[in-house]
Amino acid sequence: MTEQLNLLPLLPELTLALGAMALLMVGVGGRAETRGELVLWLSVAVLALAGVFVTMGEGTVTLFGGSFIVDPFARLLKVLALTGAGVALIMSRDFWRNDGGMKFEYPVLLLFATTGMLMMISASDLIALYVGLELQSLALYVVAAFKRDSARSSEAGLKYFVLGALSSGMLLYGASLIYGFTGSTEFSQIANAVQPSGTNLGLIFGLVFLLTGFAFKISAVPFHMWTPDVYEGAPTPVTAFFAAAPKIAAMALFVRVVISAFPAVTDQWQQIVIFLSLASMALGAFAAIGQTNIKRLMAYSSIGHMGFALVGLAAGTEQGVQGVIVYLAIYLVMTLGTFAVILSLRRDGKMVEDIDQLAGLSRTSPLMALALAILLFSLAGIPPLAGFFAKFYVFLAAIEAKLYLLAVIGVLLSVVGAFYYLRIVKIMYFDAPVEGFEPMPRLLAVVLGAAGLLIMFFFVYPSPLVAAAGTAAKSLF
Amino acid sequence: MTVGLSHYLTVAAVVFTIGVFGIFLNRKNVIVILMSIELILLAVNINLVAFSAFHGDLVGQIFTLIVLTVAAAEAAIGLAIVVVYFRVRGTIEVADIDHLKG
Repeated sequence: MTEQLNLLPLLPELTLALGAMALLMVGVGGRAETRGELVLWLSVAVLALAGVFVTMGEGTVTLFGGSFIVDPFARLLKVLALTGAGVALIMSRDFWRNDGGMKFEYPVLLLFATTGMLMMISASDLIALYVGLELQSLALYVVAAFKRDSARSSEAGLKYFVLGALSSGMLLYGASLIYGFTGSTEFSQIANAVQPSGTNLGLIFGLVFLLTGFAFKISAVPFHMWTPDVYEGAPTPVTAFFAAAPKIAAMALFVRVVISAFPAVTDQWQQIVIFLSLASMALGAFAAIGQTNIKRLMAYSSIGHMGFALVGLAAGTEQGVQGVIVYLAIYLVMTLGTFAVILSLRRDGKMVEDIDQLAGLSRTSPLMALALAILLFSLAGIPPLAGFFAKFYVFLAAIEAKLYLLAVIGVLLSVVGAFYYLRIVKIMYFDAPVEGFEPMPRLLAVVLGAAGLLIMFFFVYPSPLVAAAGTAAKSLF
Repeated sequence: MTVGLSHYLTVAAVVFTIGVFGIFLNRKNVIVILMSIELILLAVNINLVAFSAFHGDLVGQIFTLIVLTVAAAEAAIGLAIVVVYFRVRGTIEVADIDHLKG
């Protein structure tokens, strides 16, 4: 046991945790008028620094007796999660500025949540998994209720807390059963202990509870009921953050656990994942149709998209995991771009969330309408936009894994889902204009423009992302 | 009759079920929900300690300590959110938490 402790692979997490604590002190010491935005930009710098440290690593390294693993899969998803967190943070500036000033606790809490996400992505042990997940969730409960004087925000926080705590409890109960029936909490040892023949019923119970917990966190049907309420009630920049980074971390955790700890019982978890996937795609497609609030619509949209991403995982192959990663990356860009628009819908100093209020946007702000139309077409999965390729890779993997029924139903449901995205485009382009919106803040315009261009021209040069996802997927098998 | 692993697991399963039902069947107030969440986590702890003794492996007990710590943090944050909610709405009745439809 004279193993030398090498903390270098842990550098991104250390940077975030120490950075967040240091920024708390900066916030307490700073002047009240300026400290919020100072801490915001320093937080973005800390996230960027952590991103640099993530990309510096190479190969597969395990730490702390195998409970923490850094491999190409972890590295790629960490970069995605950090990007999502950083961009969501930048996008929040103008919202808080119009809402009585940025509170410095906001970026600090998001940094702690991001630390938890990186822990989740790298967890290779049930204890590390639980601690990472809770670090993320506890910070997110607080930011959901961040507007303390708003009834909707505090109700969103309360609902998120109750259902989140319930899901953590279920996950933990599953973890305790898995520990009991395999004698270990570490993924590689669990994988050794699980035998495909004569599978233990207690272990399967544990696996089901664990997957229930994950399904809550990625908001897959039938554990999605918190999503629309929390998305609608939470302050809009918080919703943008919820839709982006935590989804990536939870999905990464889901993929790593089933692939690296339970490869021997693939046929058991595969049924569950197929069900979650079908139910999420169906609910995402049908329930979004009647929505009038755009944040609520985005909640159903994210439920649907998680269903599509799960199609790749249901395949259970290397190609499927590659599809999941590509899907998550493209989903991240589309979501952030769409929320850049939602965050700039402001009229007479008030946020507008009603979809009908977008009427005639093509005449009042043509560029914003065009960029949003591109993003919506991409969310619907229309070629040659990036969203089409995201769906293409997961369905291809499903077909090669002989899940024909899943793939056919998935494609049909994506057609149903296209309806409500196209309805927004119709409202923007063909309905009589209502009054225009306040001019779009520059930061949001930059994010929207970048997202629009990335989605539009992804097909020209898709190989870097696809190749990186391929390497990442390979490291899991 | 000796008390064996299966007895502990049964107790844990019963406590866990009471916790889950406490959340879903509760029509009174949010504090009861917080208590139910605590019950769920305690059921997990019983499980972990029982398995730990059964395997003669300390990892389960370390897991229990971590769960206890996190449960304390979770209860603190839960109560803080309930206080914020009460200040705005003046009630913590579960039936009144309906401003967001769903």
